[in-house]
Amino acid sequence: MLRYTIRRLVQLVGVVLVLSMLLFAWLRLLPGGPVSALLGERATPESREALTKQLGLDQPIFVQYFKFLGRAATGDFGVSTGVQPGDSALEIFLQRFPATIELSFFAILIAIAVGVPLGYLAAKRRGGWFDNLSVIGSLIGVAVPVFFLAYLLKDVASSALGLPSQGRQDAIDATRVTGFFTLDGLITGEFDATLNALEHLILPAIALATIPFAVIFRITRAAVLDVLDEDFVRTAESKGLTAPVIRRRHVLRNAMLPVVTTIGLQTGALLSGAVLTEKVFSFAGVGQALAIGFERRDYPVLLLLIIMATIVYVVVNLLVDLSYALIDPRIRTR
Amino acid sequence: MALLEVRDLSVVFQRKGEAPFHAVDGVSFDVEPGQTVGLVGESGCGKSVTSLAIMGLLPKRGAKVTGSVTYDGTDLLKLSDKQMRDKRGSELGMVFQDPLSSLNPVVPIGLQVTEVLERHRGMPRKEAMIEAKDLLDKVGIPDPNRRLKEYPHQLSGGMRQRALIAIALACRPKLLIADEPTTALDVTIQAQILSLMKELVQDLGTALVMITHDLGVVAGLCDEVNVLYGGKVVEKAMRHKLFAEPRHPYTHGLLASIPRLDAPRGEKLTPIKGSVADNIPWTSACAFAPRCPNALDVCRAETPAEVDKLGRLLRCHNPVVPGTPAAEEVPV
Repeated sequence: MLRYTIRRLVQLVGVVLVLSMLLFAWLRLLPGGPVSALLGERATPESREALTKQLGLDQPIFVQYFKFLGRAATGDFGVSTGVQPGDSALEIFLQRFPATIELSFFAILIAIAVGVPLGYLAAKRRGGWFDNLSVIGSLIGVAVPVFFLAYLLKDVASSALGLPSQGRQDAIDATRVTGFFTLDGLITGEFDATLNALEHLILPAIALATIPFAVIFRITRAAVLDVLDEDFVRTAESKGLTAPVIRRRHVLRNAMLPVVTTIGLQTGALLSGAVLTEKVFSFAGVGQALAIGFERRDYPVLLLLIIMATIVYVVVNLLVDLSYALIDPRIRTR
Repeated sequence: MALLEVRDLSVVFQRKGEAPFHAVDGVSFDVEPGQTVGLVGESGCGKSVTSLAIMGLLPKRGAKVTGSVTYDGTDLLKLSDKQMRDKRGSELGMVFQDPLSSLNPVVPIGLQVTEVLERHRGMPRKEAMIEAKDLLDKVGIPDPNRRLKEYPHQLSGGMRQRALIAIALACRPKLLIADEPTTALDVTIQAQILSLMKELVQDLGTALVMITHDLGVVAGLCDEVNVLYGGKVVEKAMRHKLFAEPRHPYTHGLLASIPRLDAPRGEKLTPIKGSVADNIPWTSACAFAPRCPNALDVCRAETPAEVDKLGRLLRCHNPVVPGTPAAEEVPV
């Protein structure tokens, strides 16, 4: 298990290195660039040249890349030119990363908390009206574009429910400790700050949760249907066990393997969904920074954020693979 | 009164847009305490469905069960879901065919035994574990303390079936139903499992319904035998009588088709012609007629009545005359 984990982490280093190379080239292939973004269309050729030189963009691309690698090794990932000009890319990442983690965490929590029980019930009542209704509902969940739903929630639901639809927290005097606004309030005892942050999370988290919810629902339903046909469920019934014991111990435990895999894969979908959701809700997270970064061709910030997103994705899926062993003893003893 | 009285039990599977299928068609038999009754027949004759109907394990939707299953004075078919849950596992035990798929792969053997004890005997987990160890010991699983913590895939096939038997007998049920408990095992293990079941049934005074297609199992274990065909009992007699003098052509064919070691070399096997798929409905004929060597015109025109004579129940227009050798040889 330990050797497996180490091997996967070593692979991750390779993935990051290759990815950084490709990204570095791809970003520079995008039309326009930070110079045009900063100076606008009507800048004089002289000022453009000066800025190009200042940003080091006049050098050959591989020289730029190796300079970047050298600085990255010391923890310097360059300075933002567009998102928050003047701030270091690392600073921006550290500031915004907790916001996106919070948002994604609540989104996946909603998706699991609704998707798994609903999937179980639908499978149990296969072919009934509840099953049909929720299958259609999940289809809509996958099909509706995130940005459409996000605007719907922002413009309609927020006023109807009286929930905030902008930012991570109102401008209240809250102490910052970890950068996770919901946690900070709990640590410092400023519970109103936590509550305020949670209120701001509800709508964007729901918008972000729709696709993972729909996928988790469908996978759970299919997995439970498979398990319900298994002989050992009949054995459990022949023992006269109560319905909750059969559900938990015999059905859900066996149905969880594909569901956990899906949860891992959905973190990738969460990252792309976060770009749209954070943009709509002006939520100052990684996704919003990516959106702004692309508009303004902020090379250092884009590079760092995308690499970090990749690392998160790989690590989450590594954790998922490791959790198989916890769920299924047949994998553990192999 | 017998411990279990099955009367006129019928199971009809009905699917939307399809003709109803009579899986079990008016089956009746009794089981006395300590007695072993066999239900014999080839695949699709309704023997497993009969056992599931007795246990109340058929799906609620799509399966219509009629008749009565009187256990200890109460009709099981009339009990509520909850009342039936209380009976299953405590008074009615069941052993299934495939021990690997019948055990939960992600739950340790120990918990799969103790959950029955916790449920029906209200034992706390710790106490139930001690009892489970004794149970595994009793069914002949070596090193039970280690096995309790292991998972089904870590046990051999024979041990898994022993564990299933331990689970079924954990609460000392008065009635045990075994659905082909030895089919998935190799021959030496089969013999061990059968003698274990025989021993346990004798020790505990359990009534046993043995469902099998294997006449060897019947010969070694059963007191009374019901031969099923197309969902109906076609012949019923005490074991010795049935083996010595099969009267129904189907029973006769089953016995004749057993390969014999003392047969001359090169002699062909004598199977029963055709397959269950050739069945015609019982409504106005004998379902076995298309495959029957003794079939007369009346067999295809009239449902044979059940005749109970001299301790043998027979449903046939033209029974085999005692002493007839195996039907004509059919090349295999």
